[in-house]
Amino acid sequence: MGSTMSEKILAAKAGVASCQPGDMLECQVDLALSHDATVRVLKPFRDMGGEKVWDRERIVMLIDHWVPAMSEAIAKNHQIIREFAVKQEIKHYYDITAGVGHQVLADYGHARPGMLIIGTDSHTCTSGAFGAFAAGVGTTDMAAVYLEGRIWLRVPETIRIDLVGQPQPWIMSKDIALFLLGRFGTEYARYKAIEFGGEYIQGLSIDSRMTLCNMGVEMGCKAAMIEPDQILAEFLKNRTRDPLNGIFPDPDAQYAEKHQIDVTNLRPQVALPHNPGNAVDITKAEGISIQQVFLGSCTNGRLEDLQVAAKILKGKKVAANTRLIITPASRSTYLAAIQQGYIQTLVEAGALVTNPCCGACFGGFGGLLAPGEKCLATSNRNFRGRMGSPEAEVYLGSPAIAAATALNGKITNPEGYLC
Amino acid sequence: MLVQGRVWKFGDDINTDLIVPGKYLFLTELKEVAKHAMEGIDPSFATKVSTGDLIVAGSNFGCGSSRELAPAVLKELGIGAVIAVSFARIFFRNAINIGLPVIECPQASMISDGEYVKVDLALGLITAKDNLVLQGLRLNDFMLDIIQAGGLVALKRQQRNLPPL
Repeated sequence: MGSTMSEKILAAKAGVASCQPGDMLECQVDLALSHDATVRVLKPFRDMGGEKVWDRERIVMLIDHWVPAMSEAIAKNHQIIREFAVKQEIKHYYDITAGVGHQVLADYGHARPGMLIIGTDSHTCTSGAFGAFAAGVGTTDMAAVYLEGRIWLRVPETIRIDLVGQPQPWIMSKDIALFLLGRFGTEYARYKAIEFGGEYIQGLSIDSRMTLCNMGVEMGCKAAMIEPDQILAEFLKNRTRDPLNGIFPDPDAQYAEKHQIDVTNLRPQVALPHNPGNAVDITKAEGISIQQVFLGSCTNGRLEDLQVAAKILKGKKVAANTRLIITPASRSTYLAAIQQGYIQTLVEAGALVTNPCCGACFGGFGGLLAPGEKCLATSNRNFRGRMGSPEAEVYLGSPAIAAATALNGKITNPEGYLC
Repeated sequence: MLVQGRVWKFGDDINTDLIVPGKYLFLTELKEVAKHAMEGIDPSFATKVSTGDLIVAGSNFGCGSSRELAPAVLKELGIGAVIAVSFARIFFRNAINIGLPVIECPQASMISDGEYVKVDLALGLITAKDNLVLQGLRLNDFMLDIIQAGGLVALKRQQRNLPPL
């Protein structure tokens, strides 16, 4: 009987010939990502008897949530992380300047095929776009990883989703992620891994693949991944000299479920408040007045996303009663968007462009909502109270929808804007 | 291993932003964060709950963020166990890692708010009012070992021959 990508990667990391869904394995971690939550890893790490981290070269540490520090209390947290990184001689420590962790893993070639990546963030699954098994965990788990470089994992069942057909130019992978959430719900992939494949994926950019894998956790998944291919090899060529160790599913792999979904006629999708699973065709949300548009986050703050927004907003103005907040996902993204002229276009259109960070998405600061306000966000969750007031409403959509909505001050179908 | 107490009942999809809103994540003292536990649903929850109480919820409890503060504030308030129709995976493993018992039970909705419930963790058996017995999913031995040690920190200390904290 064949194995899925997840089963192969986890078996290899546990040093066993093969494994089955439900097996409990102790796996060797290739890469550990920790952000602001590092401050909560240190106590359990020390309480476990930790002095030196297991491998200073396998940890990517950075600060991406509360950036730059907006209070003394937060500055103290950053100081603790900084001092720990220096003392431990963490090789890949990026402090506050590199951007959102998941994008930083992409930018600098840290995430590669066949790896087991563990991160203190639920959206760690984003790195599945690189053919890795990447899963989010909490801070005690990370303390044990710092200590021994190992983690206990239950081998998940795998759901295979093959996407076929070619959608219209204004359809982005975010629309597909939301469509899947609307169709299958937020619990569909709980405890499971997702493999995305099919001809749509084969032609898809790395930016778009990351968005698709990123949203997997909103379906509850442990990891979401895409097989390595030539597009990935091209992406990694200038970012790493390490040999690419691609792991692929067997043709006779056993899946919990298999789906083939034709995306040809998909309409733009919007998730209504207060759950990402409330995704509907945009026609059911068009015309709703929007006070804030947020374009950013590990889901949709990449170069391609800024490009789409710049294309729609070029030479135009954001609606009078709407504010557009744009947060590039990383410094590399930001710099490339400056070089391409997207930032100038967006600022001229009336956007407020912030420093790269998690920003408004997680509701910590920088773009919170007042009671009664409505926001169209390109981020990943529209839970009640996530972005400020529990009396505010968040609608999720693609960068194309975000830009068209900012232009008109109401939820707008981007069809025709990107022909 | 037996846990028993009064039930506080919640619905489906209780996400981590409801359990601990993101705006409190920077607070370093767990006691301070715990004051805001479940604030998104019941702002007075932290003041009403007593040590040993249990939470019973619907499906997908703890969905959303990886914040370990979500199970940690519940444990800090003295919650003895969380029973739910189903759990989001990161909440589930975080709870086990900090030594907060979690029991998946497809019939959890048969338990009412305010009633008194007993849970046998090793067997996954839940005894509710009128001697209603519900079979929850038994935690596997690996997870039970972590819970019985009091969490992953305590287990690692045992494995490394360090004295208990």
